[in-house]
Amino acid sequence: MRRFVISQAKNLIDQTRRRRPLPNHKSLRLRLLSLAAAPDSAPVLSSPRLFSSSSDMSGSDSSSSSLPVTLDSLNPKVLKCEYAVRGEIVNIAQRLQEDLKINKDAYPFDEIIYCNIGNPQSLGQQPITFFREVLALCSHTALLDESATHGLFSSDSIDRAWKILDQIPGKATGAYSHSQGIKGLRDAIAAGIEARDGFPADPNDIFMTDGASPGVHMMMQLLISSEKDGILCPIPQYPLYSASIALHGGSLVPYYLDEASGWGLEISELKKQLEEARSKGITVRALAVINPGNPTGQVLAEENQREIVDFCKQERLVLLADEVYQENVYVPDKKFHSFKKVARSMGYGEKDICLVSFQSISKGYYGECGKRGGYMEVTGFTSDVREQIYKLASVNLCSNISGQILASLVMSPPKPGDDSYDSYIAEKEGILSSLAKRAKTLEEALNKLEGVTCNRAEGAMYLFPCINLPQKAIAAAEAAKTAPDAFYCKRLLNATGIVVVPGSGFRQVPGTWHFRCTILPQEDKIPAIVNRLTEFHKSFMDEFRD
Amino acid sequence: MALEYELLNENVKKCQYAVRGELYLRASELQKEGKKIIFTNVGNPHALGQKPLTFPRQVVALCQAPFLLDDPNVGMLFPADAIARAKHYLSLTSGGLGAYSDSRGLPGVRKEVAEFIQRRDGYPSDPELIFLTDGASKGVMQILNCVIRGEGDGILVPVPQYPLYSATISLLGGSLVPYYLDESENWGLDVNNLRQSVAQARSQGISVRAMVIINPGNPTGQCLSEANLKEILRFCYNEKLVLLGDEVYQQNIYQDERPFISSKKVLMEMGSPFNKEVQLVSFHTVSKGYWGECGQRGGYFEMTNIPPRVVEEIYKVASIALSPNVSAQIFMGLMVSPPKPGDISYDQFARESKGILESLRRRAKIMTDGFNSCKNVVCNFTEGAMYSFPQIRLPTGALQAAKQAGKVPDVFYCLKLLEATGISTVPGSGFGQKEGVFHLRTTILPAEEEMPEIMDSFKKFNDEFMTQYDNGFGYSRM
Repeated sequence: MRRFVISQAKNLIDQTRRRRPLPNHKSLRLRLLSLAAAPDSAPVLSSPRLFSSSSDMSGSDSSSSSLPVTLDSLNPKVLKCEYAVRGEIVNIAQRLQEDLKINKDAYPFDEIIYCNIGNPQSLGQQPITFFREVLALCSHTALLDESATHGLFSSDSIDRAWKILDQIPGKATGAYSHSQGIKGLRDAIAAGIEARDGFPADPNDIFMTDGASPGVHMMMQLLISSEKDGILCPIPQYPLYSASIALHGGSLVPYYLDEASGWGLEISELKKQLEEARSKGITVRALAVINPGNPTGQVLAEENQREIVDFCKQERLVLLADEVYQENVYVPDKKFHSFKKVARSMGYGEKDICLVSFQSISKGYYGECGKRGGYMEVTGFTSDVREQIYKLASVNLCSNISGQILASLVMSPPKPGDDSYDSYIAEKEGILSSLAKRAKTLEEALNKLEGVTCNRAEGAMYLFPCINLPQKAIAAAEAAKTAPDAFYCKRLLNATGIVVVPGSGFRQVPGTWHFRCTILPQEDKIPAIVNRLTEFHKSFMDEFRD
Repeated sequence: MALEYELLNENVKKCQYAVRGELYLRASELQKEGKKIIFTNVGNPHALGQKPLTFPRQVVALCQAPFLLDDPNVGMLFPADAIARAKHYLSLTSGGLGAYSDSRGLPGVRKEVAEFIQRRDGYPSDPELIFLTDGASKGVMQILNCVIRGEGDGILVPVPQYPLYSATISLLGGSLVPYYLDESENWGLDVNNLRQSVAQARSQGISVRAMVIINPGNPTGQCLSEANLKEILRFCYNEKLVLLGDEVYQQNIYQDERPFISSKKVLMEMGSPFNKEVQLVSFHTVSKGYWGECGQRGGYFEMTNIPPRVVEEIYKVASIALSPNVSAQIFMGLMVSPPKPGDISYDQFARESKGILESLRRRAKIMTDGFNSCKNVVCNFTEGAMYSFPQIRLPTGALQAAKQAGKVPDVFYCLKLLEATGISTVPGSGFGQKEGVFHLRTTILPAEEEMPEIMDSFKKFNDEFMTQYDNGFGYSRM
């Protein structure tokens, strides 16, 4: 949508320039705002934070200026890429939030509820106490020499902190580490992977990154040389993939998940899309699979995973397995199996399949988004390729140490018998059962809405309902020069303060409309959200029903 | 095999980053075999014994575990000002360290950065034009990614340079346009060299888009004078280049003739038309200075005269990575607004900071003098930053031996040095140097007590090396 707005802006500039010299900077801003804001109720704000406020410091906006860096001379790949999760609708929400502070009565709601992004701790989820105890002790190691510390910290957190510090040369948590991450921490992660899967993991296969996203970028950088290189991506997908492919100048080869069968992944669809891409001269290099899915929430059946592994092996594709939601499974009939486990249990080893598994500390029950921790486990690559991955990692020196420590804790949490085990389990299960409950409550509420169907969230953190928008609404959206699902979402925001992301941000079967809503607001807020959403939807349908 | 070496992106294969390249890998191997290695390959102070400053670690520990703030006994372990500061930074977040912040960084911290810049330079700074990043390197990559469209786009980069620039330009498929610093003039920057480089690039059909300066320099350590900065800014104005000012070592100054002056300040002082038209992006970090918090990965860049819609695009790309890590943002906040006189923690903070900086100054001198006392070694004084970049005049015999071993001469020398003494340096070829002239880069970071021994060890090795390879047929160019 941001792209859309900017291209509208460009049209405006072109038009006005034809009539007279360059438009006044301020009027351009207001015109852009009026495009971005909802057509009806929201007031147009006069001092947007969207653009830089101090015109003294900022450069002219004119595209005919002689400045070296202007929109016209920017890397086109940057211009092309998009990321709806923090896109247009969020900008509108932020402006509304600012305005709410001073114009409370202008709105039918008293707070903005951000359901656009998987950011649990921003919505009240508490971090796991044990993890934070260890981090605090590693942050300020002098604490370990104080006797008073024993009164404030659990004994096993103190033990773990010592153990971790002993694995860091000089106990220096402020030093750059090995570019793949601290060896001792990778050992713990490898052990955790082995415990999870029942198959060995090599710490040398692990590359720790500032969140999982930089790992995805590294792989795209490695795999993509030009737009002739294609990456198979699920539709709907988490837009990191489309953005990353665009930034690296490759081609996204879509494969459609089947909404009617709970967002199932059909091998026939993979084959079809692969053939079509190849017939267009695209070399398909990899298959990205998100399991559990984002935004779709499905957990793949093991049989399905085996088919996918075979497909990749046969077609010589790198399997990019985004498994960041591996600890978020809410239904008893499904279970998470890592692709590595599946491949190994099929008898496939290093020589058979190139597999990259991504994990993050941002999701699960730990939700440590702001710490930026994660890793990719890279298997099946020859050593000369691995050297290149290492080299890429080394240019940024290393990922942040605090995130590395957390990743090792996530993969080797307290065990039965540990001092903190009981409280750890209580916290973990509390969060996971609450997530499952919220997933169900919201899914049921959405399914009750007229013209809305919503697959259950088997895992991850989102619901992705399908809205059957009436023709009238689609026409109104067109008139407002907005995609129909964005039109709906903006109306929803302005009526209720609830921020969701239009389905077009994730891509969808053309002619279908969705939005992605997280299940993350705290339980006590859910009833109000359900009520407001239900009321809004009813009035929307009343207005636009055919 | 699904992914063979041959099929990889060429840009990845071409890119080099010597700081963690061949020498470092060899050093790591030897370390595993039990050899004592002194890693002077990267500016990583805490790895060589520098202690973290106490106050920021106290604050961040409290932010990591906010439940501590509720404990009545917290005052036994933490001073009151650390407690207050932790509460302050937590209040700037929306959910503590575990929540993604604004993709540009916490507004409250960016405000503190802007205030710091204003105090430092005497000119206003807009928090909206300041983006926090996971280390300054990420910021550099983001900006270069915006500027470079293809190999037709050239970036002026000093030679010798910190190889983040060459590696990133390589990865992005751009062209590196070198401008040579003058070793005989203390690594000075001559605008005529700049003009020549630009002219040459343009004659090859390259569109020169940006100029990088590293001030204080890395690996060279020189501090640019105000006159020099003015020349550079005027040059950028005339040639329509965006200036990328890598100022991560601004707190590491070891002489008094040329204190640090920011590119932004000089630009603002030049007045019209420069101050409104020269585009500038300045970079800073928590990894260097006297903080040395490399492992936190905290940095920022400030944009000047960048059009709002370009800022928007940069914001968009930043949002794909969601947010920089929040702990490092707090370190940044603390760095730009440290304890003040009168604060409980001030004395300790001032003592710790002063101690580190004065020691660095002494070590800069010890190392420079040490190198200069060696046969066939000439070393410019380390005016700033964290490195020493001595020139080694290699005898012809060594050049021949290197050739036979299939190694670039300075790599050959550094490998021998590593194997003989355990000192792990980075060969000058990793940073760029004039043809036939060889250097190595070492940091000035080993503990002060160990410096004399390290320099003796080097001297012994160097003497033996020179004796071994001096067949009387001359030396590499000075």
